Amino acid sequence: MSTLRMRNLQKRYDNGFEAVARLDLEIHDGEFLVLVGPPGSGKSTVLRMVAGLEDITGGELLIDDVVVNAKGPQQRDVAMVFQSYALYPNMTVADNIALAMRLPDTDTVTIAAKVAEVAELLALTAVLARKPGELSGSQRQLVAMGRALVRNPKLFLMDEPLSNLDAKLRLRTRAEICKLQRRLGVTTMYVTHDPIEAMTMGDRVAVLRRGVLMQCASPADLYEAPDNLFVAQFIGSPTMNVVLGSVSAGDGDRLDLEVGGHTVSLTGAAGARLHGLRSYTGRDIAVGLRAEALRNPGTEAVDGAVGVVVDLVETLGSELLVHCTVAAPSVRAVDGGVEISDQRESSIVASLDPRNQVAVGDRLRLTVDTLRMHAFDLESGAAIGRQ
Amino acid sequence: MRLQLVKAAEHGSVVNWPLDQPLSDWSIEGMQKVAGLHRHVVRMVEGETSYVVKELPDPLAEREWRLLRELAEAGLPTAEVVGVVTDRDDDADGLLITRHLDFSLPYRTLLSGRGLRIPYLGERVLDALAGLLVRLHLAGFYWGDCSLSNTLFRRDASALAAYIIDVETGERHETLSVGQRQLDLQIAAENVFGGLLDLQMGGLLAEGIDPVETALAIEQSYERLWEELTGVDEFNADETFRVDQRLRRLHDLGFDAAELELVTTVDGSRLRLVPRVVEHGFRAQRLRTLTGLEAGENQSRRLLNDISRYRAVLEQRGGRKVPESVAAARWLDERFESALAAIPPEMASKLEPAELYHQVLEHRWFLSERAGGDVGLDETVASYVAEVLSNAPAEQTLTSDET
Repeated sequence: MSTLRMRNLQKRYDNGFEAVARLDLEIHDGEFLVLVGPPGSGKSTVLRMVAGLEDITGGELLIDDVVVNAKGPQQRDVAMVFQSYALYPNMTVADNIALAMRLPDTDTVTIAAKVAEVAELLALTAVLARKPGELSGSQRQLVAMGRALVRNPKLFLMDEPLSNLDAKLRLRTRAEICKLQRRLGVTTMYVTHDPIEAMTMGDRVAVLRRGVLMQCASPADLYEAPDNLFVAQFIGSPTMNVVLGSVSAGDGDRLDLEVGGHTVSLTGAAGARLHGLRSYTGRDIAVGLRAEALRNPGTEAVDGAVGVVVDLVETLGSELLVHCTVAAPSVRAVDGGVEISDQRESSIVASLDPRNQVAVGDRLRLTVDTLRMHAFDLESGAAIGRQ
Repeated sequence: MRLQLVKAAEHGSVVNWPLDQPLSDWSIEGMQKVAGLHRHVVRMVEGETSYVVKELPDPLAEREWRLLRELAEAGLPTAEVVGVVTDRDDDADGLLITRHLDFSLPYRTLLSGRGLRIPYLGERVLDALAGLLVRLHLAGFYWGDCSLSNTLFRRDASALAAYIIDVETGERHETLSVGQRQLDLQIAAENVFGGLLDLQMGGLLAEGIDPVETALAIEQSYERLWEELTGVDEFNADETFRVDQRLRRLHDLGFDAAELELVTTVDGSRLRLVPRVVEHGFRAQRLRTLTGLEAGENQSRRLLNDISRYRAVLEQRGGRKVPESVAAARWLDERFESALAAIPPEMASKLEPAELYHQVLEHRWFLSERAGGDVGLDETVASYVAEVLSNAPAEQTLTSDET
């Protein structure tokens, strides 16, 4: 079992393009860490540097506290599991698994012991003497995995291994990979462009954008406490609603947020949670709310609700996704900073209880769960200080 | 459903295939299964032009379509891509259609040795694979899955030429890093080992081929060739003949240096020679220029040597110098085409023309050795047809006899 550390890791190409900019990241022993980001974020470049396929142009890469920058792929003891191994039809499962150990020649006793160990981990002991043609599809996949395992890798590296599978098979294989990794406890780096896949699989998720690490945290922390606007809008489905708001001081400790002509007050625990907003009094900010942080109080009289008009209702059974128009410009993370729409209105999505009777054209007043509200600086996109 | 087709006039029959149906359900004329290790359903459609059809997810099919075309444009030995079908109904996988490589030898048939006479077969296979990998790597192409089943082999005089036919895992870069080349080589060695061992365990491997030795030798062959093509030579400033020597070694390997860099050391006493761009097909290009014939690199070397010998004969007969272009034209008419015309048509189609002629020359050497003197070409051709060609399998669309 092993650890991986990236210290100031950099990849700059000859033409000056910096694909990975001074990355500091660690993968703990036995951890399943997912690198996620949009195309061009540098996630595959990071994996390839770890694998020894891309030269490292700056910083250090350490496996088990040993700098491996100058070592080739074979010397790093990493197993890349993003291609399917062919299974040889005339060879037994045991022979197929043992293949990598026979070149160069390893003694038969060592081979047998290792094959037995791997077969037990993969629940293949009963089929070791069978040929691939006698196995089920999932057993064949496990044999292929066994071929990688038998090398005793310190790390598993997977680069979008599911991207070419159909949705159903992707879900099933995703779950199998997770179960297997937990059972084996092999330190794993997994790359995907799909934030949902990242969130369901990783012990921690590292979000990359244009070669820069935006945040590395558990899926729950990324979702509930994004460090910046990019992460807030990249992680989570539906995307976090982010609109323009302004901060003013209310009575006492109260902070008031004006959003779309409505005032939402932050008091008590909600105010304490977003204590950083105090330094933004009199200024505009980006206000973020996930779909489930909005509620339809119906006929109940409430303060601090935001008025919206319903444009579309998606009935999912377990929830209603209600697309509405709010009288506030949308805000989003863009290259180089933050962009405020020049439209006075924007569309937001609320996740409501499926028992709500809501129709297109309805005017609603949605309450905001202020304990789940987010605020972001309009210059840098950074989350405004939370407790 | 979307079909992208190249050279539609030449491959128009493709549009009549049941492209909307699962490949395993097709039953058109000439359909055959293709033996070997496949991740996907693969079928061959045999006919006047034969095709190979592979069913795989749309993104992979499009990617392979693009990469195969890039490889072909770069002059690398690959299957000719014909078409790709995507967006089929019910989320069905796409189809990649390539033209069957005529006279190619599937590895299972080649390495079983059945009916095919290829001396030093193990060495020929590993040299061909190593040579293919080097050419791909020089072009910045990382294969990721070099194996016997992803390669086709063709006779090239006394050698074999290897062609890449499956590029699902391939990537194209400006240049490859050392790590990428090392990994590609490691994958190749392991896959070749597995493929040979699998044949051996199935009782299908020709005698004298050792899976371990062959797989390990691929790395050595690759490194030797890579060093020869890209290594830096350093020599004294007054030894410029070393430049010629290096060029000749490159030519012997079938390469030419399109660009060389010569750098003087700081004190001016030494020179460093670095080949910057090396291109394969030095002799094939010469043969094409002189005669219009298409042939493999080793076949071209053989034919060019024969042109040189014939030129000497013509000069001796005429008592004066004969320009090379004139000698080549006369050779083409009086030797090459004359010899091939003497072979019965049903047998002439068993091998590529350049390979046929090479084998005729080989047979002539053998007969001359036996006779203790030169044997004429007409007599040679008759003997070759009777003793060799009549018993040889037709290799134009040879497939493995296993299913």
